[in-house]
Amino acid sequence: MFAAAMIAILTTMALALFRAALGPTVFDRVMAMNSFGTSTVLFIAVLGFLNGRPDFLDLALVYALINFIATIAVLKYFKYGDLAETGRRDPSEDTAS
Amino acid sequence: MRHIITLYLLLLGAWTLWSGLSWPWGEHFEPLVAVMGVLSTALVVFLAWRMDLVDAEGAPVQLTTFRTVAYIPWLAWEIVKANIDVARRILDPRLPISPNMIEVSASQSSEIGRVVYANSITLTPGTVSVIVEETTITVHALTREAGEAVETGDMDRRVTRLEGSD
Amino acid sequence: MHWVDFLSWALLIGGSFFCVTGAIGLLRLPDFYARLHGAGIIDTLGAGLILIGLMLQAGLSLVTVKLLFILFFILITSPTATHAIAHTARVQGLEPVLGGEDGEQ
Repeated sequence: MFAAAMIAILTTMALALFRAALGPTVFDRVMAMNSFGTSTVLFIAVLGFLNGRPDFLDLALVYALINFIATIAVLKYFKYGDLAETGRRDPSEDTAS
Repeated sequence: MRHIITLYLLLLGAWTLWSGLSWPWGEHFEPLVAVMGVLSTALVVFLAWRMDLVDAEGAPVQLTTFRTVAYIPWLAWEIVKANIDVARRILDPRLPISPNMIEVSASQSSEIGRVVYANSITLTPGTVSVIVEETTITVHALTREAGEAVETGDMDRRVTRLEGSD
Repeated sequence: MHWVDFLSWALLIGGSFFCVTGAIGLLRLPDFYARLHGAGIIDTLGAGLILIGLMLQAGLSLVTVKLLFILFFILITSPTATHAIAHTARVQGLEPVLGGEDGEQ
């Protein structure tokens, strides 16, 4: 049964990769990589159970956090072209958030 | 002070869990490791305090009320319903969607309340909060029904009640 | 078969179904903003059901606590990331495709 879930998650990852390759905008690619990362977390978790080694869950936990930070970092890079930018509100720019 | 203590206890709990339950009555207890855990947690809280991160936003203790506990099952049920609806539409060969952008009002007084509301909207498939402003949230809805469900303001009222008087 | 096993398998299959459905949505939906909803399915019910299914397999142990943490982090970070992507796209001037035929209207 874990194997069935594994196949489904692998299918999800493959489809997300297709979307990342197709684009067309850069945001589609970022979104696809975010979904790919979420599926990777699930993949690692299920893999741990499939092998009878739930220790893998620590990796999944760290991956879940890194996935989020990576998404935000890539977005920030595309927004400012510089990761060191503080991103404080600038009245001349529409960044109401 | 309340926030500092909450953050410290939370981090200590997380550390204890990930170090494999190494508390005094556990089987993996090592005094040196336990002392290191207590000290490193204190160091992290000190750094967070120096970075001015420990406040009502960094450690939102005001949200740990009975109302939050009651809100989570309601939100979960909304998410399940929305998921089934969106999944049905995606698998339908005719793809019956009607994307639209709407503006809904956010009546929360604090920033963290707006964050909870915007995240609740995004967490429900079929609606994504695109732009969050002081009193309004611009929402992209996959279907007209999903947009109308947000426009009724039911979720907005529930999150505002969540904030309480704090 | 024990009923917990049965329930956990049902949850795993349900989660797998929603994961694949969300991924199909990623490919099938016509526009960037619409595709966000497909990604939302993977992040909420897909991940949620699979992780709850695994929790039932693990029983009351540290593994379940770790799975709960993973679920908690996914449920906190995924809407934030989705909102960040949508907000950046909107601010940078990507126009959503609105309207479209709704087969049930």
